[in-house]
Amino acid sequence: MTTFDPYAPSRETTEGKVFSVTGGDWDSLVQEIGATKEERVVVNMGPQHPSTHGVLRLVLELEGETITEVRCGIGYLHTGIEKNIEFRNWTQGTTFVTRMDYLSPLHNETAYCLAVEKLLGITNDVPERASVIRVMMMELNRISSHMVALGTGALELGAMGPMFFAFRDRETVLEIFEMITGLRMNMAYVRPGGVQQDLPDGAYTKIREGVKLMRKNFKDNATLLIGNSIWMKRTQGIGYLDLAGCTTLGITGPVLRSTGMPWDLRKVQPYCGYENYNFDVVTADTCDVYGRFLIRMNELEQSLRIVEQCVDKLEKLHGAPVMVADKKIAWPAQLALGGDGLGNSLDHIREIMGTSMESLIHHFKLVTEGFRVPAGQAYAAIESPRGELGASIVSDGGTRPYRVHFREPSFNNLQATPAMSEGGMVADIVAAVASIDPVMGGVDR
Amino acid sequence: MSDGMFGPKGTGDTSGYGGLVAKAATAGSSERPYGGYFDEVTDNLERAYPEFSDAIERVVIDRGELTLHIKAKKLVEVAFILRDVLKFEMCMGVSGVHYPEQIGRELHAVYPLLSMTKNQRIRLEVSVADTHPHIPSVVEVWAGNNWHERETFDMFGIIFDGHPGLTRILMPDDWKGHPQRKDYALGGIPVEYKGATTPPPNDRRSYK
Amino acid sequence: MGLEEKIPSGFVLTTVEKLAGYMRKNSLWPATFGLACCAIEMMAVGSAAKYDIARFGGEVFRASPRQADLMIVAGRVSNKMAPVLRQIYDQMSAPKWVIAMGACASSGGMFNNYAIVQGVDHVVPVDIYLPGCPPRPEMLLDAILKLHEQINNEKIGPNRAQIIKEVELAAMNAKPNHQMKGLLA
Repeated sequence: MTTFDPYAPSRETTEGKVFSVTGGDWDSLVQEIGATKEERVVVNMGPQHPSTHGVLRLVLELEGETITEVRCGIGYLHTGIEKNIEFRNWTQGTTFVTRMDYLSPLHNETAYCLAVEKLLGITNDVPERASVIRVMMMELNRISSHMVALGTGALELGAMGPMFFAFRDRETVLEIFEMITGLRMNMAYVRPGGVQQDLPDGAYTKIREGVKLMRKNFKDNATLLIGNSIWMKRTQGIGYLDLAGCTTLGITGPVLRSTGMPWDLRKVQPYCGYENYNFDVVTADTCDVYGRFLIRMNELEQSLRIVEQCVDKLEKLHGAPVMVADKKIAWPAQLALGGDGLGNSLDHIREIMGTSMESLIHHFKLVTEGFRVPAGQAYAAIESPRGELGASIVSDGGTRPYRVHFREPSFNNLQATPAMSEGGMVADIVAAVASIDPVMGGVDR
Repeated sequence: MSDGMFGPKGTGDTSGYGGLVAKAATAGSSERPYGGYFDEVTDNLERAYPEFSDAIERVVIDRGELTLHIKAKKLVEVAFILRDVLKFEMCMGVSGVHYPEQIGRELHAVYPLLSMTKNQRIRLEVSVADTHPHIPSVVEVWAGNNWHERETFDMFGIIFDGHPGLTRILMPDDWKGHPQRKDYALGGIPVEYKGATTPPPNDRRSYK
Repeated sequence: MGLEEKIPSGFVLTTVEKLAGYMRKNSLWPATFGLACCAIEMMAVGSAAKYDIARFGGEVFRASPRQADLMIVAGRVSNKMAPVLRQIYDQMSAPKWVIAMGACASSGGMFNNYAIVQGVDHVVPVDIYLPGCPPRPEMLLDAILKLHEQINNEKIGPNRAQIIKEVELAAMNAKPNHQMKGLLA
């Protein structure tokens, strides 16, 4: 086996000559390629690249500047999350599932918990306050995810300013998350049966102020990009994928809505009480990158509307439980801030050690063994910022999931890359991939 | 995967706490009326597909979801009818499940389907044996299943006949084995503490 | 590294060391190696105004490893990605440093399974391990500042060769973790 020298200019392989571009060698590269009389060049936009959203490998066959063929190589972030969950509790599954699509962790958690609750049969027993909190957190997460999508999408096309604005607004949302759940990302907040803990004092004011601040700040990005002739030239007519293409490829989310189809699971198959909120489904009918960009910008405003309605509801439901009443399922997270940090509240410990034997048994069984879920399979789908996120869960009646499979929207959406970019130019593939907004953690799991 | 007294047996629970093991009964067939739109779907399918009783092994209604268990060789025909006549335009992918105790039907492939025109969801399930894990590919019906079938092949070893390019997608191309099968070890290294180590799941003592 | 390596140890070398260390640490250019969730926090460090990394000289995240000094491995490294990681590391020119950001990069994190490399130090030599899942942006800045101190005090020439020998000897004679006794024994 020959050793691979990363500094070597070219080497022979079974597929012909492969060139490693090392910098400062453009002349020699062009000469060598010219000598091979090849019209088409295969270029590898490898897994480490500033413009491919994460570790995505694009193999482009180019004829001049036109792409004749593009293939995606994925799997560089495969973590075996689905198999790992089979060795963990049903509740611990949340912590793993959260890290799949790391830009919208709460959506992953909610999809998983909705499927587990379906299997448990407690979908109607989840307290209303828990559902409202879930909706609010998911919409805030939608805002933070779209901010990253807009910021990095703009950055990849060369616009650096929107990235700063986007991450500044994202910080507002992350501060709210930190106040409520304790973490900025990957919070493991939504548990089967409800949410982990209630909102702390001062949360309502903080959320309301955050919403006001974000409404003001979203105008910054809007003025920079909407109507900007350079931006429009780079995004209009690029990455065209119409409704027929979307349905056969199983594509959902902003890409589907950019074809004009108002398919949003929050409206057509509502979950977590979404039917009680006033919001619009944003569509565009240009089927291109610009349309998807406009959809994401407008979805931000709709999410803010939903968050405001959620806070109003939560203030009315103040004091209601946030975990299902069945103590055999409810994770005993009565936490309180003690002298040494956040831990089991002393009231709870007093109760389980002193007064109630059942509480002690429940606490013990839940923490060591976990609850049992009746055998069967369930599929729960929610609308994540990228499309339909479905959790397909199989239980064998035990304390550990038998099989958890996530139908990630980015996995399907990325299959549209060849359809969107073949025949176009290299610069446009960056725009097309940015408009699909794939998150490789979700694609590879 | 379990080696005598080591490794997880059946479930992934290696804690030793779950002593009481209930045998999970596999779902039998459901009786009519199914409820909701499920009757309409099965009636339409029966009308459009004359060999319905030949192809459909079982109809299961569980937790508000309809699952049609289909014979592998009839899958593509049924898929075309479901897509064209019953308007299930979108397939949400293929998910594989491995049931090592169901001898002769170990590998299941699950296809959740979605009809946007009628706002309906059903599920197709195909079971094949470990010794002959071949399922016809539905890439011609729903092109989005291309990568899903590659992933199911990669993780479970189910070979989809007629797939345009069935190769590994998530694992490196020269990986041996199919990771998400139950007889494939989770892997991992022992976790080191001061004075002790915790072995990975397949090396732990099994208390069952 | 050139002329500086050839200076014999003594007063001149220590002054050169101080100067080289000061200059290197103040314009440490990171290479983009964001993989998973930690990459988002790394992006926040780079772009959010609250955690500006530009004030430490590292705002320009070079896409090309040829122009970068620091590789922040942010996120879980799968078995498929490990050769790519090694290739990028090899393409960086010396002097180069590596920060393993996050639990997954430092030790495999919560994913102790077939797909993840259990610690990026199996693939590249790591200078700073930063725990967290994901670490807060301030933690990343703290790690970079600790690395700055380390770079400031780095020796060159014969002094460096000696330090490398000492570190190697210490590592070879060190007791493995599971044989240590801890506080109670």
